[in-house]
Amino acid sequence: MSAWSAPLAPPPESWHRRLTDVFVAHPALLLLLLLTPPMLWLGVVYLGSLFALLAQSFFSLDDFSGVIDRTPTLATWASLLAPANLDIVLRTVLMATAVTIAAALIAFPIAHYATFHAGPRLKALFYVGVMLPLWSSYLVRVYSWKLILAKEGILGWLFHAAGLGFVLDGVLNLPVIGGPSLSASYLGTFLVFLYVWLPFMVLPIQAALERVPASLIEASADLGAHPRTTFRTVILPLALPGVVAGSIFTFSLTLGDFIIPQIVGGSQLYLGQAVYMHQGTAGNIPLAAAFSVVPVVIMAVYLAIAKRLGAFDAL
Amino acid sequence: MRSDGRPAGFGLTLAAFGGLTFLHLPLAVVVLYAFTTDEKSYTFPPSGLTLKWFAVALEREDVRAAISLSLEVAAISTLVALILGTLAAAAVSRSRFFGRESVSLLLILPIALPGIITGIALRSAFNLLEIPWSFWTIVLGHATFCIVVVYNNAVARFRRTSASLIEASMDLGADGFQTFRWVVLPNIATALLAGGMLAFALSFDEVIVTTFTAGQQTTLPIWMLSELVRPRQRPVTNVVAVFVIVVTFLPILLAYYWTRDGGAVAGQGK
Repeated sequence: MSAWSAPLAPPPESWHRRLTDVFVAHPALLLLLLLTPPMLWLGVVYLGSLFALLAQSFFSLDDFSGVIDRTPTLATWASLLAPANLDIVLRTVLMATAVTIAAALIAFPIAHYATFHAGPRLKALFYVGVMLPLWSSYLVRVYSWKLILAKEGILGWLFHAAGLGFVLDGVLNLPVIGGPSLSASYLGTFLVFLYVWLPFMVLPIQAALERVPASLIEASADLGAHPRTTFRTVILPLALPGVVAGSIFTFSLTLGDFIIPQIVGGSQLYLGQAVYMHQGTAGNIPLAAAFSVVPVVIMAVYLAIAKRLGAFDAL
Repeated sequence: MRSDGRPAGFGLTLAAFGGLTFLHLPLAVVVLYAFTTDEKSYTFPPSGLTLKWFAVALEREDVRAAISLSLEVAAISTLVALILGTLAAAAVSRSRFFGRESVSLLLILPIALPGIITGIALRSAFNLLEIPWSFWTIVLGHATFCIVVVYNNAVARFRRTSASLIEASMDLGADGFQTFRWVVLPNIATALLAGGMLAFALSFDEVIVTTFTAGQQTTLPIWMLSELVRPRQRPVTNVVAVFVIVVTFLPILLAYYWTRDGGAVAGQGK
């Protein structure tokens, strides 16, 4: 008798089977359970910290006692508009623009070659070759330029060995971008920024190029277009969202960096350094907080423009 | 998959390989300088080559302490990021719900905003709440930006894993836990490993956020930064730099190897 009824009896209820039934009946409950831990971390810890920072920009620092006054005021924001501070913002934005343009010019041929001309093995080499510096050793890569740009370093040696020492001296004598040595000039800072953020430009451009339909390029060639015309009228417009996507990284990373200009460059401050200095040695957290809102606002504007250009589909 | 290895023009080839060389030559310079006998300057070419700085660096108590702190922080941060990133990826990829877009924006925010802002925000929050600096304040900062790395890898894999597999498993009588263990996990395992490796490399190497959340503690990048600003023994710094290159390159190569067939997945959106 029992041998007959056994297969029909429901299987013994274990706690995980009952739990599974609950989740199947209420999928929202499972979703809630999945989302709660990461959202607690990012929503409370991270967003909470960001808002705490923003709130502090409405406090002010008492110049005489060095104590932070917690009555809400716009005075800190007003001091942001001092000419010296505006200089810092302008200098940083110009540097970020220069770095972004140069990165796009160097990155494009790399991405173009890897997409259209490299076989599978070479393509893998290019991919790893860009990935490795993108993910690793930020500080070591900055450090390497201290070695390269030093007066007695490899670059100076190369110029002199080639008998081109006067070219280097000529470049250093140029107004604005020059300086006493490469490691203490705008040019040096620019080179390091360019080097460190370049991989962030290559990958999005390559992603955009990979998505250009082969049929479009063939059609263009069939209709008699010179490869150069095809490049200008077919490939370049379709790759533009990738360039803009890459520029989001190079621009934002340059705006926020405070280590590169500290190690290679003159004594002029950049945005990141200003934030760092005000919160550290100066102890002026309110001004540091106000300063740190500047790159966020610039990036918000930048992202809004990038979105219009379709950059988000290329990320 | 697009490229057929068509020959490129000379200019393009030169620009492409030149660019790639530009990305790696400076690292070769660092490796070369680790062997130089020159103690006081960055003279090129090196006056001679020696292995002794590796032994000197190994003996240094401060270097060893910094290495072990960095390894511990990276390991714990990676673990936290693996758990939270996977949970978020599972939620976002399996269902459409109100606020889904905001959730993915929130996940990306810690790396979309400049690191200095994440750092100073956390620091001021710790100050306001009077939380003392500790191992855990560093981990808190690192895990925050590591979550998105795991999330990106996991969400891409979830997208390529057919939902019908899970339905089939449930139809065949497996409960949720069995389905997770035998169907979901094997499918996403390599993506999680790859994400974990990248998170580890990122954390081991991170200096900007750490500057704000470490207090007096010295992770390896903090140690290096202080040596860059005020050099004490340059050859030791060179050796440590080589060590950092190796420790961060290995996990990245592994991550690439595990996600190869997924195209650009592993490298997307740092």
